[in-house]
Amino acid sequence: MSDLHTELKQSIIQQLNLEDMEVSEIENDEHLFGDGLGLDSIDALELIVLLEKDYGIKLTDPNQGKEIFNSINSMADFIEKNRIR
Amino acid sequence: MSEELFITKSVIIRDSKIIKNGKPFFKADPDASLSEFLKTIYKEEHLKYPKFFKMDSLSKLVYLGVELLTEGNIPDKKTALVFANSVSSLETDEAYAGTMGEFPSPSLFVYTLPNIMLGEISIRHQLKSENIFLISEEFDPTIYLDYTKALFQQKKTDNVLCGWVNLHNNEYDVFLWQIARSGRTDFNEEELKKLYLPTHE
Amino acid sequence: MSRNYLLSDSIISPIGFSTEENLKAIRNSESALKFQNNSRFFKNGYFAGLINDLIIDERFGEIGNPTDYTKLEKLIILAIQQVLKTHPDLNIAQTGLVISTTKGNIDQLGKTQFPSDRLFLWKMAKIIADFFGFRMKPIVVSNACISGALAIKTANDFIETGKFSNAIVAAGDLVSEFVLSGFQSFQAISPEPCRPFSKDRQGVSLGEAAAAVLIGPDTSNSVDKIEYIDAITANDANHISGPSRTGEGLYQSISRLLQQNKVEASQINYLSAHGTATIYNDEMEAIAFHRAGLENVPVNSFKGYYGHTLGTSALIESILTKHSLLDNELFASHNFTESGTSKDLNVIENHQGKDLKIALKTASGFGGCNLAMLLKKESL
Repeated sequence: MSDLHTELKQSIIQQLNLEDMEVSEIENDEHLFGDGLGLDSIDALELIVLLEKDYGIKLTDPNQGKEIFNSINSMADFIEKNRIR
Repeated sequence: MSEELFITKSVIIRDSKIIKNGKPFFKADPDASLSEFLKTIYKEEHLKYPKFFKMDSLSKLVYLGVELLTEGNIPDKKTALVFANSVSSLETDEAYAGTMGEFPSPSLFVYTLPNIMLGEISIRHQLKSENIFLISEEFDPTIYLDYTKALFQQKKTDNVLCGWVNLHNNEYDVFLWQIARSGRTDFNEEELKKLYLPTHE
Repeated sequence: MSRNYLLSDSIISPIGFSTEENLKAIRNSESALKFQNNSRFFKNGYFAGLINDLIIDERFGEIGNPTDYTKLEKLIILAIQQVLKTHPDLNIAQTGLVISTTKGNIDQLGKTQFPSDRLFLWKMAKIIADFFGFRMKPIVVSNACISGALAIKTANDFIETGKFSNAIVAAGDLVSEFVLSGFQSFQAISPEPCRPFSKDRQGVSLGEAAAAVLIGPDTSNSVDKIEYIDAITANDANHISGPSRTGEGLYQSISRLLQQNKVEASQINYLSAHGTATIYNDEMEAIAFHRAGLENVPVNSFKGYYGHTLGTSALIESILTKHSLLDNELFASHNFTESGTSKDLNVIENHQGKDLKIALKTASGFGGCNLAMLLKKESL
């Protein structure tokens, strides 16, 4: 697990107010939406903000979100390829 | 055409205290911050509702108040919600405005309407019922009396959950009560005022 | 129980400073939605229906001092003033005032031109009430985007319980940086003028407007009058910002309304929908309308003309529904291109005349709220 993976989990827990959740409780390949972590549409929008705020990535098409935010792995992949900071 | 209505239960959350049906129920550390206070009640009541942590303070206050008022159970899913306050969602509006400078936050923006708290109650208790949110300078019993009277007269509901839920400058004033067609306390201006401003400590 | 009617009304919008002017513009297929370049949140511009500040001040200058009132207060005052002008005999001491707004003077947040208590909706309402000398404390309805019609229901209910004998219902909301940035954070703003119910819809366009209507018993000799029958609200109990995928709350509002008033879906001649042009809202409405048996009823959204005017929208649309009934006129759902909902609707594509008697107005809003209202034309 890279620093980015851990960093993402920490950010998600903090940004999305996932109280009492530990980094160790989020699996890298766990579904973030639907079953799994059970995030909702507002959480998805906050993740879009997170991408820009922390990594300088501005999503041109919010519909890409579905694939990017599938899991911590897919998020980390996307960020590695597109990050500006 | 007059409809006899009764107050069946009430809850007040104010000054680090909770008063249930006119009697002191809980007293928290007055020096605790609002968010600490809210978390304390959540834990004391052994609640398990992860959505709680996403709510703004206003919705947290209402969620907790309704759990206390109803013991977590509202059997009549058509229980109407008639709520009011004086500052709308101003605290959250200001918090959201603080994010407008750089990255406007959708999870804050979603709470910048006072009726969102009614949505939160509805989701938690699965109420598909009449809702209204009104604004008045101070707690005004007549608004509730008139609006709920019409709801009952028009046979739109058999139960109403009323609330005055105000949060301004970290000062909270929560008064929730339930109305039904039978009960011990008459639903009128005098009784409401008595409950809202308890004289005992 | 004596019935209440929608009497005189006014609409103040980018396409007209009276109901007559607005009707003329709509008949002419004009839209308030224009390209704007004044927001730091939209570097490439955006579409919205904005009312020019100078025109507002010019009109307001005829009745009051423009510098003493905020933009929204001026708009709402102008709307009420038009209604009062047609009723010089109205006893304002006994007339109620019900105001609908979602964000009030939110454009004043962080500014010092006016005292900070103008941010309180009750204070804004009081300023407006005092301008005219209303004696009764104004009632303020702030329940997201159903407020405009919920205010009509509230006025009716308070007249029924005897709080007042008639009432002016007024509404107003602005296109502010606050709301623009918020909707943008929701990715909900369309890059082009909104296209309700269309396959190529991409979200909302915002708009600002004010409106007012007098509601109460009708003692006039009008040949035709528009009666407020009833309104029902119901929450989706699903999500605080996304509508229910099954249209549950809207369906419940409509079906309870029809059932309680013994009206069949087949008796509805016209359906004035909410139609904000987001993918989810319009889809939800189509599903709810189908569930309620309304799929063949001529339906439109007015948001292609005005954009989404938030707390004003349901009131403007109720007023336009009233005039549709009175004039036997169905207005085209502006900017509709091609059906884009999983359940087909009978969207009005061109202005047309039709005998109309009963109309259903619906609205939905953040917080999972929904409203359905019945208006009926009574002819002598």
